Amino acid sequence: MFLYFLRRLGLMVFTLFGVSIAIFLLLRIAPGNIADILFDSAGMIDPAEKQKIISDLGLDQPLVIQYLHWLNGLVHGDFGYSYVSEKPVLQEVLPRIPITARLALLAILFAVCTGVPVGVVSAVRQNSAIDYVLRVFSLAALSMPAFWLGLLVLMAFVNWAGVLPIYDQAPDSLWAALLMFGVPAATVGLRSSALIMRLTRSSMLEVMRQDYIRTARSKGLSEPAVTFIHALRNAMLPVITTIGVETAFLFGGLVVTETVFNIPGVARFLVEAIRWRDYPMVQNLVMFIATVVVAVNLLVDLTYAIVDPRIRLGS
Amino acid sequence: MRGSRLFGAAAILCGLLAPGFASVAMTQQQGGTLRVTHRDNPPSASILEEATISTDMPFMAVFNNLVVFDPESPVNRLDRIVPDLATSWAWSDDNRTLTFQLHHNVTWHDGKPFTSADVKCTWDMLTGKTDSKLRKNPRKTWWFNIKDVATDGDDKVVFHLKDPQPSIMAMFASGFAPVYPCHVPANQMRTHPIGTGPFMFKEFKQNESIKLVRNPNYWKPGKPYLDAIEYTIIPNRATMVLAMVTGKFNLTFTGELTPQLMKDIQQQAPSLQCVMQSTNTQGNLLVNRERPPFDNPLIRKAMTLAIDRKAFSDILSQGAYPVGGANLPPPEGFWGWSKEYMETVPGYGADVEKSREEARKIMRSLGYGPDHLLPLKVTTRNIQDYRDAAVILIDHLKTIYIQAELEPIDTSVWYARLLRKDFSVAMNIQGTGTDDPDVQFFENYLCGSERNYTSYCNPELEKKFHEQSMMQDIDARRKLVWEIDKQLQEDGARPVVFFAEAGTCWWPRVHGIRIARNTIYNHWRFEDVWLDQ
Repeated sequence: MFLYFLRRLGLMVFTLFGVSIAIFLLLRIAPGNIADILFDSAGMIDPAEKQKIISDLGLDQPLVIQYLHWLNGLVHGDFGYSYVSEKPVLQEVLPRIPITARLALLAILFAVCTGVPVGVVSAVRQNSAIDYVLRVFSLAALSMPAFWLGLLVLMAFVNWAGVLPIYDQAPDSLWAALLMFGVPAATVGLRSSALIMRLTRSSMLEVMRQDYIRTARSKGLSEPAVTFIHALRNAMLPVITTIGVETAFLFGGLVVTETVFNIPGVARFLVEAIRWRDYPMVQNLVMFIATVVVAVNLLVDLTYAIVDPRIRLGS
Repeated sequence: MRGSRLFGAAAILCGLLAPGFASVAMTQQQGGTLRVTHRDNPPSASILEEATISTDMPFMAVFNNLVVFDPESPVNRLDRIVPDLATSWAWSDDNRTLTFQLHHNVTWHDGKPFTSADVKCTWDMLTGKTDSKLRKNPRKTWWFNIKDVATDGDDKVVFHLKDPQPSIMAMFASGFAPVYPCHVPANQMRTHPIGTGPFMFKEFKQNESIKLVRNPNYWKPGKPYLDAIEYTIIPNRATMVLAMVTGKFNLTFTGELTPQLMKDIQQQAPSLQCVMQSTNTQGNLLVNRERPPFDNPLIRKAMTLAIDRKAFSDILSQGAYPVGGANLPPPEGFWGWSKEYMETVPGYGADVEKSREEARKIMRSLGYGPDHLLPLKVTTRNIQDYRDAAVILIDHLKTIYIQAELEPIDTSVWYARLLRKDFSVAMNIQGTGTDDPDVQFFENYLCGSERNYTSYCNPELEKKFHEQSMMQDIDARRKLVWEIDKQLQEDGARPVVFFAEAGTCWWPRVHGIRIARNTIYNHWRFEDVWLDQ
């Protein structure tokens, strides 16, 4: 197990190294650079000033040197300086991480808390009226684009409650934070919830047909015990994988939700940084998101062994 | 059309003046936070370095100018300029020296005294005469006529001009011409600006918010009335509208509402006060006259004749956008052509079909026709307002045997492409900070000017640019400006297609908002604004 963990850690570093090369090259391939955009947006160019920024950022150096310089900074905890906000990258990014983390975790919590039980009910009551209703509902939730659903939710709040659940200032209490993040989390979590529900249902249906479930019933165990202790635990492996993938996605892919609900999180900030070709900001933010994704994947793999003791990691 | 425009202008005036008079009748109340929506993240907090209302509106209240356009006047013009940091000004007999007498006992937000040296510093920086340089200087051409700035004691500053230029006062009065402190470096002004204005900078969180607080030592006694101003950046228009309707905010970002959106918002919240105003932003056609076959003036003329400007206005704004030449047309603009004069300009007549027939005749004489179309790409910035206009243009060009396709360009490289002249035909939208011919002509049409994207160059006409700039008589100057503008349109220098208008709304509890009808840039000092609590 420990060896497996170490091997995965090594693989994680290797993956992040690959990501760093990819993001570095992709940013350089994209047309325009930060100096172009900073100056051209004002419609005027002072060549000397522009050249100064190009030199300061090392954009006049060969690509390999630029890359190594960035990597060296990363290793030493120097995340660079944003020429757009004129602040150190870390100072800009750090306050946004808890905002996105809160939103992502609340969304995944909502998705799991609704998706798993609803999936179980749908499987246990297969082909009943409630199963049909839940399947239609889940299909609808999967099909609705986040920006459209978000706006619909906002309009509903305005029309029925006369309030607008958007982020306009930092919440000053846990309750205020729950209120502020609850609605967008539920909105964005609905799609994940539908996905988890459908996966739980199909996985449960497969498990419920296994011999050991019949054996459990013949032993005289109650139906809830059969469903939740014997069936659900065995049906959870693919669901855990999906939860992992969704959590990773929610950390970097919330740009639409953050825009509609006006949440100043990492994703919206990343899009704006890409627009400005703010290289240090984009590179380090993408690396952060990539680290979260690989870490969550590692966590998911480790969870397999806990959920299903038959799996011996590393053997 | 003319009747509806006049009615619109009257409605704007009533809309502007009625709340003003109502405010006068009520007593101003101290306190409260004015909450304003903001459309996007400003590139920086330094007004002198940026060319966008995104910076100008939130940070104008941090500063003062030497002079300002009279906030009580709904139109910005040369004869409606009032003192700000200057107590008075005087021209020399030869109109080449302009002297400002300055207020005494004004301090910067960090406690240091304001003196004439700060004024000199600011304009030396703008004209590139100091080591302390701005990173960007987008309005350097505004100050082309300044020969030298001198101080005479702490309270007097003298501008020596190369030639007489009465309209330099309009530029001094613009929201884009605040006085900067000598002792604060340019890079700090981009992140933490220091001014003498009614509000002090508190915080600018990228993509989130901008906060200003009351300057307790403001040099105008009793002002400002508000405790603070908070801008929340809401890039999504639908969210912004809902937030405004629910009363989360007191005021929308200026010029943020399209005519349709303004109707919607007023339907949802009928008590909101809304004003439609000109943004002094024009849509224009750029034809690269260095690239064949567009180096042929006949093709450029044919393209100009194919444009149906009324169709642009109808499609883009349900007829709200006015049509004009290089200068903003009346009633919003002061220097634009009258309706009667405009009809004498080729391509501006009511009979579009007649113009297009003439254009087709030109195209046929050049060998083009229904069986031999001229293929081209219409390059434009990949954002909705630009794309919409470019698509209409493509449709119009079809009527004269031109088969055009759209080439949307990412914002990040749009200006670089224009500056490199890397396009054949482009649909462009651009704003002008001040409704003044000097700004228009020298910035966009001067031979070799950086923003002269089409490389138009007419030395004879350029002499007239200087001539009108020096004229003291406003009516005579306007007559010459009309002639110059007509020549520019006839030469197809940069055919102007439409002028954009947009709306601003606020709740009745906000008093003292003054909207000018010919600019969105100059009325955001907020020192007279107060909240009815």
